[in-house]
Amino acid sequence: MANDLSVRNLIRSFGDFTAVDNISFDVPQGSFFSILGPSGCGKTTLLRMIAGFDEPSSGTISIRERDMRGVPPNKRPVNLVFQHLALFPMMDVAENIGFGLKRRGMNSAEIARRTETILERVDLPGYGKKQIRQLSGGQKQRVAIARCLVMEPSVLLLDEPLGALDLKLREQMKVELKKLQAKVGTTFIYITHDQSEALVMSDRIAVMNEGHFEQVGSPRELYSDPQTPFVARFVGDNNVWSGEVTESGERLTVRTGEDLLFRTRSHESYEKGSRVDLFLRPEAFRIEPTDSTDLNTFEVDVKTILFDGANSRLLTVMPGGHELLVSLPQNRQFDHIKPGDRILLGWHPDAGLCFKV
Amino acid sequence: MKSGFRLSFWLFLAPVLLWLFLLIVLPHIDLLLLSFRGENDMGDLVWTFDNYKNFFIEPIYWNTFVRTALYAIVTTFCTFVLALPVSFYIVKLARPRTRGFLTVLLLLPFWVSELVRVYGWMILLRESGVLNYFLLKTGLVQQPVEMLYNDATMIMGLVYTSMLFMVVPLISAMESLDDSLIEAASDLEASRFTILRTIIIPHCKPGITSGAIVVFMLALGNYLTPNLMGGKNSLWFTEQIYNQFIASFNWNQGAAFGFLLLLLSSGIIWIGLKLSRQRLGEVAA
Repeated sequence: MANDLSVRNLIRSFGDFTAVDNISFDVPQGSFFSILGPSGCGKTTLLRMIAGFDEPSSGTISIRERDMRGVPPNKRPVNLVFQHLALFPMMDVAENIGFGLKRRGMNSAEIARRTETILERVDLPGYGKKQIRQLSGGQKQRVAIARCLVMEPSVLLLDEPLGALDLKLREQMKVELKKLQAKVGTTFIYITHDQSEALVMSDRIAVMNEGHFEQVGSPRELYSDPQTPFVARFVGDNNVWSGEVTESGERLTVRTGEDLLFRTRSHESYEKGSRVDLFLRPEAFRIEPTDSTDLNTFEVDVKTILFDGANSRLLTVMPGGHELLVSLPQNRQFDHIKPGDRILLGWHPDAGLCFKV
Repeated sequence: MKSGFRLSFWLFLAPVLLWLFLLIVLPHIDLLLLSFRGENDMGDLVWTFDNYKNFFIEPIYWNTFVRTALYAIVTTFCTFVLALPVSFYIVKLARPRTRGFLTVLLLLPFWVSELVRVYGWMILLRESGVLNYFLLKTGLVQQPVEMLYNDATMIMGLVYTSMLFMVVPLISAMESLDDSLIEAASDLEASRFTILRTIIIPHCKPGITSGAIVVFMLALGNYLTPNLMGGKNSLWFTEQIYNQFIASFNWNQGAAFGFLLLLLSSGIIWIGLKLSRQRLGEVAA
């Protein structure tokens, strides 16, 4: 499939500081691609270069095989949904959406027709005459996206547009955005620091850190098979032990600070004696396993129960004081567990992952 | 508690009310009365509309007013055209440290009295002035050129005098303009001129209007600059008022002209607000 966006060896430096450090990636046509990273990792700079508000120090950006060097933002086949939406308060909804089409010199009847079509597509039919200040947060969101989509861009860029919404609306908009993207088929490039937004919506995610991509992959790959310790820490929750390899091989054996021996996997084999960090997801634990063959097992004390519906966890402490988060399935099986209890935990060696420090 | 608040409210308001009443309302009532007084054929003082009638009958008065109003509008427009890029540069393009410095540069000329500033221009522009000296030296002209005492110079002087009163409200209006609106417009294929016309100017409208009102009123009521830089040909309406009071010693006529100036200029501003669909309250806020 053709690529809508190709970025090659992109670098952007501000004096001594390199905001974007030699990034290359491709976004296939019609896909939902997210760039996920903590604030200050350079993702906004990257997006602004794609939109044309900033010029790369070196490297190329091509959209549909066309090199974008020196092309100003108003001549690029991309549109950007701004973080704070940047709807024009001096115009009504229809004028906002028709703004770009009017600049193309389209006649007003055609603009009105297309505006109404796109408003229906974002589920706001008949909203054309409303003023921007009359809209709710979610409606503003959809107008901002409609204003860009009506331009029929090759690529739609979204700069954390859900950041300003409250939690409930954000959850709802995540699903709506994903549905909308599937419906219109435009390539979306979405930047965010919220891993849940990226995981829910994207076909592919690039995890960005300090100006470079740590890993590019599907949400499932990033979650279950992180390639770097940064990705393991940043995407989803993880428990971390630091330890030392005591036995290398296909399965490593790691001795943790509490003098426990765990068998686990790693991407490469590390020599005996090397220092490693061992990552384990909260849901990898089995509480009081009935059959503990092949499992790493140990005992912990329950400190508190963090009840959060389906996302409930146990906060437990190991004898040495190391805290662990353990998923607590809400199937009533573990209702007897109370703070202060001592419980047995087990986990399968395939669930853990080691990285050399 | 409530009565205490009321007392202190009136106490603090008193100086303002006194100031308004004693220095503005009272003299104006006197002038208003004066403007309706006149001598009849017998030389007795009677109530009359003659002073107002003269303004409309004598073309020189009427034409002078129209000329003054038109030039004041031209001055306002020129000031706006110059002030817009200046304030845009100060707010959006200059670095924060340069911003303060540039604003001070704008303020600096206003530390000198208007009279001295106007004489400064005259030293530069007169026939034996600095500019002519250099023009003659470099051989660009053979004869010294008289650059003072024409309409263009007078308007330039008025624009120079009013610049600050347009820049300051524009700066405060532009500070509230979100940069991302400009970027969004650019992203939606708008050219620079379109961004200026559809985003920046509509956003700054209250600032533009309050600046325009101040500049228009200052230009219309200015006496010094038209008189000195425009010379005898300036035919500024304030000079007519001055002439009536001082030269002809006809206070009644002068008072009537003063009121006509107040009414007509308020009328022009009212029309301006109607045309731009704004209300005075919104602009002042």
